[in-house]
Amino acid sequence: MSFEWEWFPKLAEGLPLTLQITFSCIAIGIVLGVLLALGRVYGHRILRGICIVYIQFFRGTPLLVQLFIVYNGFPNLGITLTALQSGILALGLNTAAYQAEYFRGAIQAVRGGQMLAARSLGMSLPQAIRYAILPQAFRLVLPAWSNEFILMLKYSSIVFTVTLLDLMGKAKRLAARDSRSFEIFLVAALYYLVLVFIVSTLLRLLEKRVRIPGLGAPSQHR
Amino acid sequence: MLLRVEDIHKRYGKEEVLCGVSFGMMKGETKVIIGPSGTGKSTLLRCINRLTPADQGRVWLEEEEITHTRTNINKIRAQIGFVFQSFNLFAHLTALGNVRIGPMKVKRMKKDDATRLAREELDRVGLADKADAYPAELSGGQQQRVSIARALAMFPKLILFDEPTSALDPELIGEVLEVMVSLAKEGMTMLVVTHEMGFARAVADEIIFMENGVIVEQGTPTQMFTNAKHQRTGEFLNKISELYGETG
Ligand SMILES: Nc1ncnc2c1ncn2[C@@H]1O[C@H](COP(=O)(O)OP(=O)(O)O)[C@@H](O)[C@H]1O
Ligand SMILES: [Mg+2]
Repeated sequence: MSFEWEWFPKLAEGLPLTLQITFSCIAIGIVLGVLLALGRVYGHRILRGICIVYIQFFRGTPLLVQLFIVYNGFPNLGITLTALQSGILALGLNTAAYQAEYFRGAIQAVRGGQMLAARSLGMSLPQAIRYAILPQAFRLVLPAWSNEFILMLKYSSIVFTVTLLDLMGKAKRLAARDSRSFEIFLVAALYYLVLVFIVSTLLRLLEKRVRIPGLGAPSQHR
Repeated sequence: MLLRVEDIHKRYGKEEVLCGVSFGMMKGETKVIIGPSGTGKSTLLRCINRLTPADQGRVWLEEEEITHTRTNINKIRAQIGFVFQSFNLFAHLTALGNVRIGPMKVKRMKKDDATRLAREELDRVGLADKADAYPAELSGGQQQRVSIARALAMFPKLILFDEPTSALDPELIGEVLEVMVSLAKEGMTMLVVTHEMGFARAVADEIIFMENGVIVEQGTPTQMFTNAKHQRTGEFLNKISELYGETG
């Protein structure tokens, strides 16, 4: 087993794309995930039903199939997206479903009296959600949500299947050129490991920063 | 009349929890509601500000009918303080944040003004030095005093108290009652569910005895303690005097 120094910068060229996809899909996931969770908890029957169907669909089918539906399937509907757009959209829609479930759990874990107190002050339901419920739910959800973030960092590697040259895409191409799969994918693994370490450290710092006495369990990072 | 409650009915499933409750309150009055557990006292308070919708009956705050479906209930609730048995302070906000948030978000008061007001109200309940503490860092008595300050910062026309000292260790009850007594003496209109008869004797204009969803009897503390018309009233007063003593 021997390593070529040139692999390291070559693979590193894929890092920006890996990070771009991960952060973009996480951002979509937060916004859509919070809306889905609110719809499930506070929505009336029809809205709740729509949210449940969405969540079940994206949690009940493989991420890869979802990616192919967007990238290969949408053009049949007249919607043509670039590979990058497809990757971000598919991963974003997928993580939204998982994040929705985490957010829902956290919203429901906020003590019932908090909503009563907010409403008794004269807050409307949206105000009560915004000023009393969500700030607590966000803190409660952080450990689970951090895990989801890290999962998406790793799952982003499937976008190589739609021709994108992220970290995994670069590794795949290099492995085909040099016929040294074992070592090259080991280098790719090392890069992912370092990324995961950095991201989880940052998330732990964030958790520490926003922690409030008496709110939420101590950090439960893996 | 400041508050008028007329023939309120409420049922949960088959059980009728409130079976036609009526009473009124003048500005500046303090009324105490007593009665066995499960009698519908909390439900009555919640029907007044529509935290729970009543099935039947009407409630007015001055000229405005609270129970009318077209009434802007948020506007009404902003004028009625509610103090909970379990405090329900916002866990993610400091004492100051808890008191300030109503004026800021509901009344759209500027942050500086709301902060100044919140400090004044915290001072009024003797907690100026705890402004930056989170609820989890305060004792039960302190939390309840913050929740009273939170209600006061809205300049309510009326404050509803639902057993404000029942969740407190005995040694912390006094500090909360002290605040409530001084509020009553300052002329705040207060409707208080409590079994603290010392408080009732000291400041209540009237005691309302409820049982099984109806008002059995109401009268001044002197009337109720010395010659209750109903046997049940006398029995109940004796029982709670034994159980709770005469603190406050
Ligand atoms: N949300 C609810 N759902 C069903 N039953 C309830 C609910 N709230 C109160 N009850 C019932 O109504 C009755 C009166 O309750 P409550 O008003 O809390 O009494 P009190 O405050 O006098 O102890 C009790 O039997 C209680 O079980
Ligand atoms: Mg009660």
